[in-house]
Amino acid sequence: MAAVSQSAMAAKPSVENPKMTARNLDLFYSDNQALYEVDLDIAEKQVTALIGPSGCGKSTFLRCLNRMNDTIDGVTIKGEVTLDGRDIYDKRIDVVQLRARIGMVFQKPNPFPKSIYDNVAYGPRIHGLVNSRDELDEIVMTSLERAGLLKEVKDRLQSPATGLSGGQQQRLCIARAVAVSPEVILMDEPCSALDPIATAKVEELIDELRSNYTIVIVTHSMQQAARVSQRTAFFHLGKLVEVGETDQIFTNPKDERTKGYITGRFG
Amino acid sequence: MTDMASLMEDRAAAKVISDNLRKPVDWDSPKIARNIKKRYAAERRFKIYGLVAIGIALLALCMLATSIGSKGYSAFYQTYVQLEVHFDPAVIDPDGTGDPAVIGRANFDGLIKQSLRDRFPDVTSRSDKRDLYGIVSGGASYDLRERVLENPSLIGQTRTIWLISGDDFDMLNKGYIDPTVAEGDRRLNDQEVSWYNDLVEAGAVEKQFHTRFFTSGDSREPELAGIWGAAVGSFYTLLVTLALSFPIGVLAAVYLEEFAPKNRFTQIVEVNINNLAAVPSIVFGLLGLEVYLNVMHLPRSAPVVGGLTLALMTLPTIIIASRAAIKAVPPSIRQAALGLGASPVQTVTHHVLPLAMPGILTGTIIGMAQALGETAPLLMIGMVAFIVDIPGGALDPATVLPVQIYLWADSPERAFVEKTSAAIMVLLAFLVLMNGLAVYLRKKFERKW
Repeated sequence: MAAVSQSAMAAKPSVENPKMTARNLDLFYSDNQALYEVDLDIAEKQVTALIGPSGCGKSTFLRCLNRMNDTIDGVTIKGEVTLDGRDIYDKRIDVVQLRARIGMVFQKPNPFPKSIYDNVAYGPRIHGLVNSRDELDEIVMTSLERAGLLKEVKDRLQSPATGLSGGQQQRLCIARAVAVSPEVILMDEPCSALDPIATAKVEELIDELRSNYTIVIVTHSMQQAARVSQRTAFFHLGKLVEVGETDQIFTNPKDERTKGYITGRFG
Repeated sequence: MTDMASLMEDRAAAKVISDNLRKPVDWDSPKIARNIKKRYAAERRFKIYGLVAIGIALLALCMLATSIGSKGYSAFYQTYVQLEVHFDPAVIDPDGTGDPAVIGRANFDGLIKQSLRDRFPDVTSRSDKRDLYGIVSGGASYDLRERVLENPSLIGQTRTIWLISGDDFDMLNKGYIDPTVAEGDRRLNDQEVSWYNDLVEAGAVEKQFHTRFFTSGDSREPELAGIWGAAVGSFYTLLVTLALSFPIGVLAAVYLEEFAPKNRFTQIVEVNINNLAAVPSIVFGLLGLEVYLNVMHLPRSAPVVGGLTLALMTLPTIIIASRAAIKAVPPSIRQAALGLGASPVQTVTHHVLPLAMPGILTGTIIGMAQALGETAPLLMIGMVAFIVDIPGGALDPATVLPVQIYLWADSPERAFVEKTSAAIMVLLAFLVLMNGLAVYLRKKFERKW
């Protein structure tokens, strides 16, 4: 009992100067409520992991953060999500620009069926971020470098991206997201389609990216959450059950459900 | 990656199943052996059904090809008759002016008739003479005029020239008229047959490749009729059809797939588009007649009206094919683009459309091939008219290949039978070409992801 109350003291539901916040967030797919009053802060330049059993709403929550749920018919959202203190669901917010500021990496590697170069260059091109070919070359190179892919592909930038291995494709997708200089990168189970070696590389990469970007990652692997994240949020049945420092969540959860989930006793 | 919840559920379910399956299975029992035998037999049967189906399809195709080929191949050859023609200056250019206008007006027909009379001097009666003139086609005089206009030094000379023969004579030479049947039952009387035999003995009859068939327009004379007018008419008609139905169809498909909200209204639109694809084409013809001719007063028999009508007919095909192609683009590509901050329109134009293009083009070409073979709606808007001139544009009166086939099939002359089959061959060649193009485009633009 004493341990539980101690950990409750240690858990911080909110952080100082959050990059993004969600307050009272409800989400409905037509009539089904998928998220219930989620309050969560995303700390700047940290990795926040979202964990929980299948169908608990963690991916749905992630997609609220860059308004990708807008593209699905019949979704209604109540509550508030802010980026740097500004409501991103405000009518005056331009969704296209928002998604450039909040990049996303998906579960399955989804490079465009174009060359490696064109994949990375696509974002800067459509947003008009560059004035010359040299500038674009530089952005592509830096992005590939940051994604730890440059060494492997620098001799074949013009070959099709679909010819890369799964792990390389996923890192290319990360490079593509990085190329538009986002502030936040959302990752939806980025390693679930990768083998352990590729997974290790991507995890290493996430750790490096943390110094420049705020990262939110959805994962089914608790080991992964423990390895890469600083803060962890546990979702269950559409509710945010517990959030706190990753160490605290994994060693000393204050909620019984969290404890049950991370020890594998229930799902 | 291990989902505890589902794992626990799986374990529970597995326990129930293993309780039910506690009895050991005897895999060598006769019942199991029978079951295997039955399965093998079923698979063999299924394979045979498939082979039979393909066999029947191939047989039907072969029958069609041989029937058309055997009837039509002779239309690519034409009988020519060799005659000595005296280019009589008194007839061609009596005043010796050398003026092409005067030469052009000359009675070349008379020259040919004269040389025929010279060749068979025994023919005297008026009706026999008329029969005699039937050996050479009425179109031969135009060839003669061309020759003289090209080379005026011919005037005054006597030359041995191959002249295009009349259709009955051509039929006799190709063996379609049997000279052994009773005289009253054939198109040519005994005297005409004897002239033919006489000419053959003299080596003055031969078959030459019939280029005129591919270069001239329609004619009442089978030996002068060609497919080019109809082919050009088909080209202009399809051009108008393509120019209208491709952009409209693709845009409609893009809107319905990518932008339209999924509600009752779009459902109704969808059902109606699918219905439209099944509407008999003659109905589109009636619509074209009423709207384009009676209300809008567009020119009758013109490819522009035919194209407009066929565009209505082709639209549903293109929309349905394009929607299927757009639907087949994986959603992950759209998400990738949207996640990078591409606008919906950028997502469509940069990624979805290029990836869907092979499917869209295939659908479009199949729709165009359908339009190329369409007859009924064109009959309604007057493209069935007898048109000799080769159309110079989409507003000129014209006919199209399938209607030309229909017109020739309807003509009484025996020589039009082979023309009909030959025209079918030309149409089929165009269709094969277009479908081959569809396959090529699909292979060329196909991309893997």
